[in-house]
Amino acid sequence: MAKKPSTLINMVVALLVITAVSGGLLGLVYGMTKDTIAEVDLKKNQAAIEAVLKTDTPIDRIEETVVDDLTYNLAYDAQGNLLGAAVKTYSNAGFSGRIELMVGLLVDGTINAVSVLSQSETPGLGANMVNPKFKDQFNGKNPASFRLSVKKDGGDVDAITAATISSRAFTGAVKMACDSFEANKSKFMKGGQQ
Amino acid sequence: MKYLIIILSTILVNNVIFSQFLGICPFLGTSKKTSTALGMGAAVIFVLTLATLVTWLVNQYILIPLGLDKFLQTIAFILIIAALVQMVEIILKKISPSLYTALGVFLPLITTNCAVLGVSLTVVTKEFNYGGVAHMLSLGESVVYAVGIALGFALALVLFAGIREHVDLMEAPKGMKGTPIALIIAGILAMAFMGFTGVV
Amino acid sequence: MSNNLQTFTKGLVKENPILVLLLGCCPTLATTTSAINGMSMGLATTFVLIMSNLVISLLKGFIPDKVRIPCFIVVIASFVTIVQLVMQAYVPDIYETLGLFIPLIVVNCIVLGRAEAFASKNPVFPSILDGAGMGLGFTFALTILGCIRELLGSGSMFGFRILPETANILLFILPPGAFICLGFLIAIVNQFKKENH
Repeated sequence: MAKKPSTLINMVVALLVITAVSGGLLGLVYGMTKDTIAEVDLKKNQAAIEAVLKTDTPIDRIEETVVDDLTYNLAYDAQGNLLGAAVKTYSNAGFSGRIELMVGLLVDGTINAVSVLSQSETPGLGANMVNPKFKDQFNGKNPASFRLSVKKDGGDVDAITAATISSRAFTGAVKMACDSFEANKSKFMKGGQQ
Repeated sequence: MKYLIIILSTILVNNVIFSQFLGICPFLGTSKKTSTALGMGAAVIFVLTLATLVTWLVNQYILIPLGLDKFLQTIAFILIIAALVQMVEIILKKISPSLYTALGVFLPLITTNCAVLGVSLTVVTKEFNYGGVAHMLSLGESVVYAVGIALGFALALVLFAGIREHVDLMEAPKGMKGTPIALIIAGILAMAFMGFTGVV
Repeated sequence: MSNNLQTFTKGLVKENPILVLLLGCCPTLATTTSAINGMSMGLATTFVLIMSNLVISLLKGFIPDKVRIPCFIVVIASFVTIVQLVMQAYVPDIYETLGLFIPLIVVNCIVLGRAEAFASKNPVFPSILDGAGMGLGFTFALTILGCIRELLGSGSMFGFRILPETANILLFILPPGAFICLGFLIAIVNQFKKENH
């Protein structure tokens, strides 16, 4: 087929047709993948909640509520007693971009476990926050006795080697969850008795 | 103060070349001579600022209200950038021929400079943390961010060109001549820029 | 047939987009912090290359010369967005790691370069082969670079630990290591090229 000459009409038609077809195609693909993308996020969230709330006591139901800009997943037992909460917390103080964590707290304020939802820190440095060696040091610690800041700043947290900024951001996010939980705890307990 | 922090962090701490790896092709391609490097640097400052301004507005007032930002962002932004570069070229030719002769040859190259698309895609999703409060970048902050990135690009390019002019006169091992030795110099420069980590 | 074979293999070695032609350096440096990241980036780009070469070769009679570049860009950007959405849905972890560099495939010089230099002038089948060859050559170079950086920087390969953690040279995962590794890799290729002559 010979090349179409570059007249104005040909150019406009070619561009319009190509853009319209691509736009339509993309809309279609977006429609097909939208649900899967949402589902993936939901599943990840769900898995993180389960992981950080795992204790010996069986959980009867989980309630979601938003307080202080943080999403709480409150866990109650069959009698309606508050067992703990999985708090979705974040920090923008990381080395590159937002860090999102799920922090599991027991009713007395003890940190049960922490799970990283998303982070884009430098691989090999800040990204090591997902390793148990760093994040599991918080497990079973109570902020009342365990100072939540890195050792360099006079706290009790062992920072990741050469990644103080990321460690600081991580610790800050955990601290925010703990403080908010302490302040709102009584409210949640009442909520469970209804 | 807020703007100063954005500028410093984009020029030095998160330098577009040495820590974000955007715009490496023109960085290697136009750094043989300092004069070319200056021209390219100036052209990038000009286009990047303008492109960020326009794409931010289009995203905020056209794509988001229509719900198209999830899947038409890339395509819309690259077309805006391509059209913008063409327009700048035509306008510059008409109103300032002297500026056109200085920047003209670099303008077409900028469409495929990934720093431009990269920055315009970053600023519409980036959250900026100032005084403990995080918020999406406003128009003013986005433009300042773009200026900072472009200045960082120009700085890296001119520094690198200055070193390369000298290195070309040196005796390098056979296989190392040209690009390989240039890449290794870039690596050493990147190490120097790592020294700024944590400044802001 | 031998002609087709040549179209396919030239991208792998003789005209390898990274090691010989030096195109598409940004993703090369940014995404090769580990072998698996490098390979994923390479495969995503390969898909875009094959599909855009296919479509552009089909449309070459329909597109007037003066607007060919915008048309090519629209076609390429569409496939990039498709890759982006599909990766987000089915391999979210890799999508998050590669981040910005997935949409940036649009401005990867290799893709537009092949559309302009090959697909807009050749029939469909050779264009697909050309895209596949170039894409796999790109993937190959990215995987090699990823392997080297991961081995030296984290002491593992494809996630399996090979060296003890104390032997890690962190520098190789950081930006300077990317430049230096690529520099040495190209130097080695150059050395071989010269000896062959």
